[in-house]
Amino acid sequence: MSGPASAAVRQVSRGCTRRLSSTTFNSSHLRPAIRSSVNAGQRRNYVSETKPASAQVADVESAMRADQKKFIRQAGILPSQAQSQAGVPGDVMMSPAAGILKQASVMDQGTRPIYLDAQATTPVDPRVLDAMLPYLTGMYGNPHSRTHAYGWESEKAADQAREHVAALIGADPKEIIFTSGATESNNMSIKGVARFFGRSGKKKHIITCQTEHKCVLDSCRHLQDQGFDVTYLPVGSNGLINMDELKAAIRPDTMLVSIMTVNNEIGVIQPMKEIGELCRSKKIYFHTDGAQAVGKIPINVNEWNVDLMSISSHKIYGPKGMGACYIRRRPRVRIDPIISGGGQERGLRSGTLAPHLVVGFGEACRIAKNEMAYDHARISALSKRLLDGLLAMEHTTLNGDHDRHYPGCVNVSFAYVEGESLLMALKDIALSSGSACTSASLEPSYVLRALGSSDESAHSSIRFGLGRFTTTSEVDYVLKAVRERVQFLRELSPLWELVQEGIDLNTIEWSQH
Amino acid sequence: MASAAIATAADTSAYSVRSLYRSLLRQSKQFANYNFRSYAWRRTRDAFREHQREKDARRVQELMQDGLKELQVMKRQTIVSQFYQLDRLVVEGGKTGKQIGDEGGIVRQKDTGWD
Repeated sequence: MSGPASAAVRQVSRGCTRRLSSTTFNSSHLRPAIRSSVNAGQRRNYVSETKPASAQVADVESAMRADQKKFIRQAGILPSQAQSQAGVPGDVMMSPAAGILKQASVMDQGTRPIYLDAQATTPVDPRVLDAMLPYLTGMYGNPHSRTHAYGWESEKAADQAREHVAALIGADPKEIIFTSGATESNNMSIKGVARFFGRSGKKKHIITCQTEHKCVLDSCRHLQDQGFDVTYLPVGSNGLINMDELKAAIRPDTMLVSIMTVNNEIGVIQPMKEIGELCRSKKIYFHTDGAQAVGKIPINVNEWNVDLMSISSHKIYGPKGMGACYIRRRPRVRIDPIISGGGQERGLRSGTLAPHLVVGFGEACRIAKNEMAYDHARISALSKRLLDGLLAMEHTTLNGDHDRHYPGCVNVSFAYVEGESLLMALKDIALSSGSACTSASLEPSYVLRALGSSDESAHSSIRFGLGRFTTTSEVDYVLKAVRERVQFLRELSPLWELVQEGIDLNTIEWSQH
Repeated sequence: MASAAIATAADTSAYSVRSLYRSLLRQSKQFANYNFRSYAWRRTRDAFREHQREKDARRVQELMQDGLKELQVMKRQTIVSQFYQLDRLVVEGGKTGKQIGDEGGIVRQKDTGWD
């Protein structure tokens, strides 16, 4: 798909970035012309321009004063005494910003893409933001200050958040260490355990899996350079590891097994309970990267015999830059801290906690625990709708196991279409072909390569991430858009022509250049 | 505001439950963000339907408390969301055209050179 095709593809991506006609979803709303997005002719876009004068109030102070004067003249009372219907004091409603908003012209045309990349990150839930705001405004105490009330209130909030996090995974609050995110937790766990055992020098073998996240693989690579042995377990074509292979890989000097719970690209759920049992019986530490699993599927660290677990806040509608590491206390897991300093967090991760992030994370965990059943049912229904629609198209396959699968992550391969050009053609939908960390490169996903997919298949796959805030009409829009544009891109493809003629592509002898 | 919440929480009559339901639905429509707006509306409706046949008075009381708390949160967060308005999503649709005048009105315009 190079050479002459690339010019066509470029033209397609230009032509197809236009939005679908919204009339299908909002039939009550009449539009002057229904556009067909297949006609890839050059069309000029009319960007409506906001006049600078109406976009901003030149003198905010005087605008505010004029607003207040007007209010007093009309209502006869001060704004602070008034109570609006919504129960908000009048002066809050009449804030300068509200005045500006009244003047501002809101563009009435939908231009923002639909967000369908819940594996990369999720929006902050308004309830989480509501819990965070007091700690960004008034309660700014250092949670480690023991000498004054500012410190006490922050510390109390941090402890409460810790309880919420612990309750979500069935742990004890003392076993939760707050970090800056799942990457730091993974680094801390793997390098920490390795450094602890490296001191005695008795154990120096780590087992992990080829489909792990980059931060686990890179930590292991780093340890390899320092003289540790690492085994990268292969996975089957369904993305699951083979328990017999794991059993065979264990050596007397194995100290750590690190397998992620839910894969970030294909969404398969590994057999955690079996791995946990095996590791416990062999007295090996079991670390799992639970960034994609916590808050989405029920987790109990004691049931699974997990010794270390990485948790991320921004995957469960919490703030970014926050995460936690579960470190088991009984039987005690010893790790060597990477960050040394003031001895916060049991000395395992020094540094002042950020109370607003901690509180937001705690609130996100609390909501996730309460809403798990509701969210899971809803995401499953949406996922079924999306998957049924996508698989109804010809030559599409789901990557990863069908049954042991988190429904919020749908990874589908569209044969004879290049994933990147499809992503370009689907500019009105925020999608990714793999993990966000590798989305800058054009290389095919290493996870799909590990499943044994061919280069073409890995190149042509797209990940759809559904979340709490995804709506049914968004899924329908996506289905319609994907169906139209895949068909269009395939019509350009000479390979597709050959397939339609019934020629098996594997039998073709491509001439050498 | 807090004292009002506690005072009304004791009241679990059908009337006040319906009133809370209506205020929650009304407030949920105030979110500027499409996804939050539809989620809040849907979640409110589903939560009330789920507990439609709740008999235990204590449980009803708890649920009412939760609902009032959610209402307070929603009132604050809808205001916050209105401060930072972004473009609409493609799925929301809406009018297209060019802005003229100084009142932020939008004038429909036929797309020329299209057909």
